[in-house]
Amino acid sequence: MSGVDVRGVTVRFDGVTVLDRVSLSLAPGEIAALLGPSGSGKTTLLRVIAGIVPPDRGTVSIDGVDVTTAPIQRRRVGMVFQDNQLFPHRSTIDNVAFGLKMQGVGRSERLRRAADWLERVGLDGFADRRVTELSGGEAKRVALARTLIAEPVVVLLDEPLTGLDRELHDRLTAELATLLRTTGVTTLLVTHDAAEATAIADRVVRIGELA
Amino acid sequence: MTGNRLPRWLVVVLAAGPAAGLAVFYVWPFVTVLSEALTGEAVGQTMRRRATWDVAWFTLWQAVVSTAVTIAAGMAPAYVVARYEFRGRTLLVGLLTAVFVLPTVVMGAAFLALLPDSLDRTVWAVIGAHVVFNLAVVVRLVGLAWEHLPTDMEAAAATLGASARQVFKEITLPLLRPAVTAAAAIVFLFTFTSFGVIRVLGAPGTRTIEVEVWRRATQLGDLGGAATLTVLQLAVLGGVVTWSAVAQRRHSRAIDQRPSTARRRAVGRAETRAVRVTAGLSAAVVIAPLLALVVRSFSTPTGWSAGAWANLGRTEVRPGLRIGIDPVDALWNSARIAAWATVVAVVVGALASLAIAAAGRSGRLLDVGLMLPIGTSAVTIGFGMLITFDTAPVDWRGEWWLVPVGHALIAVPFVVRSTLGVLRSVDPQLADAAATLGASPVRAWAETVVPALWRPLAVGAALAAAISLGEFGATSFLSRSGGETLPIAIERLLGRTGSLLQAQGSALAAILAAATILLVVVVERLQSPAPTRARRDRGRRPA
Repeated sequence: MSGVDVRGVTVRFDGVTVLDRVSLSLAPGEIAALLGPSGSGKTTLLRVIAGIVPPDRGTVSIDGVDVTTAPIQRRRVGMVFQDNQLFPHRSTIDNVAFGLKMQGVGRSERLRRAADWLERVGLDGFADRRVTELSGGEAKRVALARTLIAEPVVVLLDEPLTGLDRELHDRLTAELATLLRTTGVTTLLVTHDAAEATAIADRVVRIGELA
Repeated sequence: MTGNRLPRWLVVVLAAGPAAGLAVFYVWPFVTVLSEALTGEAVGQTMRRRATWDVAWFTLWQAVVSTAVTIAAGMAPAYVVARYEFRGRTLLVGLLTAVFVLPTVVMGAAFLALLPDSLDRTVWAVIGAHVVFNLAVVVRLVGLAWEHLPTDMEAAAATLGASARQVFKEITLPLLRPAVTAAAAIVFLFTFTSFGVIRVLGAPGTRTIEVEVWRRATQLGDLGGAATLTVLQLAVLGGVVTWSAVAQRRHSRAIDQRPSTARRRAVGRAETRAVRVTAGLSAAVVIAPLLALVVRSFSTPTGWSAGAWANLGRTEVRPGLRIGIDPVDALWNSARIAAWATVVAVVVGALASLAIAAAGRSGRLLDVGLMLPIGTSAVTIGFGMLITFDTAPVDWRGEWWLVPVGHALIAVPFVVRSTLGVLRSVDPQLADAAATLGASPVRAWAETVVPALWRPLAVGAALAAAISLGEFGATSFLSRSGGETLPIAIERLLGRTGSLLQAQGSALAAILAAATILLVVVVERLQSPAPTRARRDRGRRPA
């Protein structure tokens, strides 16, 4: 298992400083929740760790290795986007199996494992559905399964439970906590909901305190 | 609905003119072509002839190659225009679009001027002209799709381990496919029916079906053969349109409903350079032929000279030797014909729009009917008119108004498209309000609707004028000796040897290019909150 070490990361967009010398460490296997109001740069920090946004200053290390300039696909960082970003031209099971395909896993093997994961997130029987026809909660589960199946060393979750109705929100909160704990993967979860943060995470940090 | 206030009889009166015009000048000639092809011995004879299949084969392969190269060349600029903000971005899109609307003969002339003599009458020159011509289709259609493709979706694939190449192959390309298919279908239709470019640039071995139709009908007098080829072409085009409609439906994704991704500035040296090189190359590719055109109009074997411009009206090649084309006459002919075509198109288009808007559902028929000439090649229209109006009492071949009417037929759909949208958006309550103030229905309608029509009619008029000035396909069949329009004169001049004639042809082409671009800029200005951009992509350029 791997830890994450963010040191002195600064990001500016068009002259506006979004992150100002932010530092954050996650121990291997730790589940941390990052709290903060919208527009405070939480998502940007996730993007820096994933490699989508290059920092203007500072470093990102995973497992003690500096990955600041490594391309996204070499970092083994899984990310669940706020709007899921499921691939609309692929079936549900092909979405889940995508990471395995990129790893060169054979077709029958990856379909079997993807089916297992669909079952694990409570979506057995959804394999051939079009992802555009899934409900919000179903799409989120597919996105989770798609990320976790690739066995990333770090998982980033961007507001994974925002926008779901109350009942579904509470159920998925519990499921997510169980799922992350049984997987044991190092996790950084972004949210603006303090209750959700404490329900899932070992540790809650506020973005304002990360300087 | 606005026009429901109009009395029924008035709607019928309004629709009568446009419907009759369509029936006489489009439907009848079209049916004549079909019957000419399907009755006589012509079909069997033509189909057995080896030359027919040579022409069909050439038409097909040059269109396929032109389409493939256009798509390949257009992807990089489409990406850059969709994803990056840079200086001159709007200008680049404008340039590509301006080139797209240029008359085909001008594009042919520009490539003739650009390429060395060893290349300029070959299939490669033809394909080059096709690519530059249609680059805008790919850049605009694929660029639009690219704008709507979320960068986060590509990032999501990368977090799952996909390399840049895998992201492109697995995510980007499949999601762009509907747009690429649409662009390919449009470019294929344009290049398969290429006429003006090939008449200027083509050699004896490089004839498309369209050129062969013209040659058989006007040079060899083989009307049956020409009609058969026309039907053959219609069958191919119908197949392509159906295929593209089916393919697009099958591949349509929810992606288009997503908001467009914000464009950003390039970051870092390498990226900045890549954006600049791509944009610069695309601009150069479309500017070079036009520049070459102007340069050629000033060049003679002995050096630079403004002689071609100064002697534009001189018809003697050498003292006492004339070739029967007067460039200045052609200018006046074109101006006069364009003026008449514009008047006819605007009047017919306005009447038709009013009737279509007022008639509600039954107006659809007239609407679709008037659009048909856009979907028909100009050569087919011209050929049909030529063989229909050749016997008394409808022997109109010598009539001065036949060419303007043909042009108007092609321009009316643009006037209708421009007007109908505005007409339908005029708030019907305005008319109600006027009526409650005591106005009669017709009066209320005239007070509220008519003032909204000036701008779309002006747009339609400018488009009609541009179409008429550049029209070559139909005009090739209808114009009489002495009544040559600019495109006809350009093609004739460039078809002769002699540097003065070549320079004069280039000068005329430069004038025509400038006039067309000016009119398109006027259109762009008139429709400031540009709701009609996409339409021009789908519309046909003045042929």
